[in-house]
Amino acid sequence: MIAPLADSQRVVITGIGLTAPNGNNLAEFRDSLLAGRSGVSPYEIRYVGKTLAGVCQFDELRYQKRKDVRRGTRAGGIGIYCAQEAVRDSGLDWPNVDLSRVGIYVGVTEHGNVETENEVYELKGYDYDTKFWSHHHNPRTVANNPAGEISLNMGITGPHYTIGAACAAGNAGLIQGAQMLRLGDCDVALCGGVSESIHTFGIFASFKSQGALATHDDPARASRPFDQARNGIVVAEGGAIFVLERFEDAKARGAEIYGELVGYAINSDATDFVLPNPQRQAECMQLAMKRAGLVPAQIDVVSTHATGTGAGDVQECIALRQVFGESKPTLLNNAKSFIGHAMGAAGALELAGNLPAFKDGVCHATINVDDLDPECHLAGLVTNEARETGGVQCILNNSFGMLGINSVAIIKKV
Amino acid sequence: MKAEDIREAVAQILADIDPDEDLSELKDDVPFREQLELDSMDFLDIVMELRKRYRVQVPEEDYGQLASMASTVAYLEPRMRDLEKV
Repeated sequence: MIAPLADSQRVVITGIGLTAPNGNNLAEFRDSLLAGRSGVSPYEIRYVGKTLAGVCQFDELRYQKRKDVRRGTRAGGIGIYCAQEAVRDSGLDWPNVDLSRVGIYVGVTEHGNVETENEVYELKGYDYDTKFWSHHHNPRTVANNPAGEISLNMGITGPHYTIGAACAAGNAGLIQGAQMLRLGDCDVALCGGVSESIHTFGIFASFKSQGALATHDDPARASRPFDQARNGIVVAEGGAIFVLERFEDAKARGAEIYGELVGYAINSDATDFVLPNPQRQAECMQLAMKRAGLVPAQIDVVSTHATGTGAGDVQECIALRQVFGESKPTLLNNAKSFIGHAMGAAGALELAGNLPAFKDGVCHATINVDDLDPECHLAGLVTNEARETGGVQCILNNSFGMLGINSVAIIKKV
Repeated sequence: MKAEDIREAVAQILADIDPDEDLSELKDDVPFREQLELDSMDFLDIVMELRKRYRVQVPEEDYGQLASMASTVAYLEPRMRDLEKV
């Protein structure tokens, strides 16, 4: 058991803003997850043609002018929407918040592909004469763009940057925010992850070439982690930004607290570009629990990372059985089965979608499991229908990415 | 293109660059920057769009000529008079 932290070192979530393919705020998203409502739809993108994707329908003009939408990036626009919604949700007295003490830490899987592809496509029309290459290219493609657009939109003068962490980025953004609060680098952290990846043909084409792009006649059934008939990833866009504060600050202002980040870990496989390493994934979960002073039996819900690929799901299940095999109370679910893989936003969105379980005591399901792959057997896997629990105290959120990056965040009810 | 066509072309570019502004009240003799929220990147958009749409190259030393609608049309008129209206 580790010594309890001082209130000044405890970090809590006090606000959530999100857009997912099946909901543009936490209430809508949660409702879709409990109702089994998919957000995957037919989609078409240049060169690749007809495919499937998780597409968000949030109101871009709620917090941005048309001119800013035109000038900026989709990732920036998603980040702005989520950050603005998160701040409103937090109940912070924003006009009186010292904006130099607000930090912005946004996880991204990739950034710049969309804008570069668009510019090259345009340039083709001018016979590749670079005189026609936009002066907007650099500000749109710098790696800090999604975080920087939030700073510009909201007048936040504290630190802003992105955390490039492949598909582990949503958790990585959250973790960075917590670390900066503990270091005293900021008093409010806006953190999480965003994805504009459905707007780059390259990500679809690359998954297709890898044999990892999902296809199905029914879009809603295409993303099917753990199912025998799974055949790859459905790419999604989206975002989730959390407001993090120190527990003492949140308590002092009487904030509503979603939960406390009691443990986290990031490690590396150091074994393969794409094939996950279950041993390292297990070690990452164990390290996060050790830091939280928790044992597997105290984890009520595990939000799995599984993306619906043949090998990836099996690897994670090996890790999950190693860690939670003997833990009867632990339930496991998966949000990608509803919305596809929201890349840099995935970890943050999937965590957000589970947090209402602290109040409603329900574990949402992983849908589209018609024929469970025996290699994906997990004792507590909640398939197809949401399940009432006896109450949720701790949620463990897995988020893993290419090049062997693993991230785990554990949130506890306060 | 006649002067009035060029004015219309520039107005369309402005409308595309700054879609939130009402350009119906634009005064031709008053600098753009005194009437519209245009920064240097927007200004470069005007230059780029003239290049893309009309293949008109405005060298950097001439940027000052694009200060207002009147000066822009006057500057562009000899460079665009032989173009067909798009």
